[in-house]
Amino acid sequence: MTPHRKCLVLGILLSLLLPVAVAFAVTPDEMLSDPKLESRARVISQELRCVVCPNQSIDDSNAPLAKDLRVLIRDRLKAGDSNAQAIDFVVERYGNFVLLKPPFQLNTLLLWLAPALLAIIVLFQLMRFLRRQQSLPASEGFDSVEAESRDELSADETKRLREILEKGPTS
Amino acid sequence: MSRWAAVGPVMIFAVVALAFGFALRLDPHKLPSMLIDKPPPRFSLPPVEGTSAPLDSSKLQGQVMLLNIYASWCPGCRLEHPTLMRIAREKVVPLYGLNWKDKPGQGGRWLRQYQNPYIAVGDDPSGRAGIEMGVTGVPETFVIDTAGRIRYRHAGPVTEEVWQEVFVPLLASLGVKS
Repeated sequence: MTPHRKCLVLGILLSLLLPVAVAFAVTPDEMLSDPKLESRARVISQELRCVVCPNQSIDDSNAPLAKDLRVLIRDRLKAGDSNAQAIDFVVERYGNFVLLKPPFQLNTLLLWLAPALLAIIVLFQLMRFLRRQQSLPASEGFDSVEAESRDELSADETKRLREILEKGPTS
Repeated sequence: MSRWAAVGPVMIFAVVALAFGFALRLDPHKLPSMLIDKPPPRFSLPPVEGTSAPLDSSKLQGQVMLLNIYASWCPGCRLEHPTLMRIAREKVVPLYGLNWKDKPGQGGRWLRQYQNPYIAVGDDPSGRAGIEMGVTGVPETFVIDTAGRIRYRHAGPVTEEVWQEVFVPLLASLGVKS
C-alpha cells in the first residue's frame, strides 16, 4: 500500500468515529465557562423533551427553540437555581410533557405500575397452570407417553388408511 | 382453560386495537397550554420597529381580546394574516401581537408589507416572552377574557375556517358577538 492510500484508509476509518463526536447539539458559544455548571446543564437538558421534535431531548435537538431552552437553563443555573428549580421553571411553562421521565403521581400511576401489575398477573396464571398440571392424572399430563400415543392411529385406522392408499377413496 | 385459549388472544387484540385506534386520533403536537385560566405571565416588550405602542402584559385585561404570536419567517402566519386583517377591520375583538424570534427589522418589514392588524405589537427577538407564554411554535393565538385570564390557546394558523369553527363559538360563550 502506498503512503497515499494508507492516508485514505485512515481517513475513512476516522470518519466513522465522527457521528459519535457530534451526537449532541450543544454549540460552543452556548457552553458555560464553569465546567461544573456546564455539566449540570447537560444533565438537565438531557432530561427535558424538545417541544418542537418530541422524540428528542433539548440536548439532542437542533431546533431553535431547543437551543433557546438550553441557554435559558444555563441562565437559570448561573442565577443560582438548583437543578430541580431549573427543571420546574420549564415545566411551569410547558407542562409535565417536557419531562422525558414522567413524574410518579396520581394520573401516571397506571403508567408506572402497569409493568409490575402485568408481571403479577402472569406469575399468578403460571402458578395456577403449574398447580393444575400437578393435580391432573398422569394420562392427561403434558409430557406423558399416553397423551402422545393418543395421536397415533389405532390398528383399525391403520388398516383403513392402507386400503385407501391402495384403492383410492371409494366409500 | 381451553375457552380462554380461544377467546383470550382475540380479546387482547381488541383491547390493543381500540387503544391504538384512539391514540391515532390524538395529535402529539397539540399540547395543552399551562396558562389556561391563568393571567398571562409578566413581560414588557418594546414596540416592533415602525409601530408606536409597546406590549405590556399587564395591559392585557379589561375586555375579551386576542394575543397573536407571529414571525416573518413563518408560512402559517402569512396564511392567517388575511383573517387577522378582517378581524381588525371589523373590530370584532382587540388584537394584540407578539413578534417572536425575528431578526432586527424583519417583524416591522412584515407589517409594512402586509399591513398591521395589531393594536400593539411587541418585539421579542430573544424569544423569552414567548417561552414565558409556553409558545412551541408560530403562529399561536391566545384568547384572553375580561378578567385577564387566558381561556384558550390555538396552535396553528387562524384561517377563516378555524375562525368560524373554533373562535366564533368560544367568543360567543365569552359574550362577544362576531
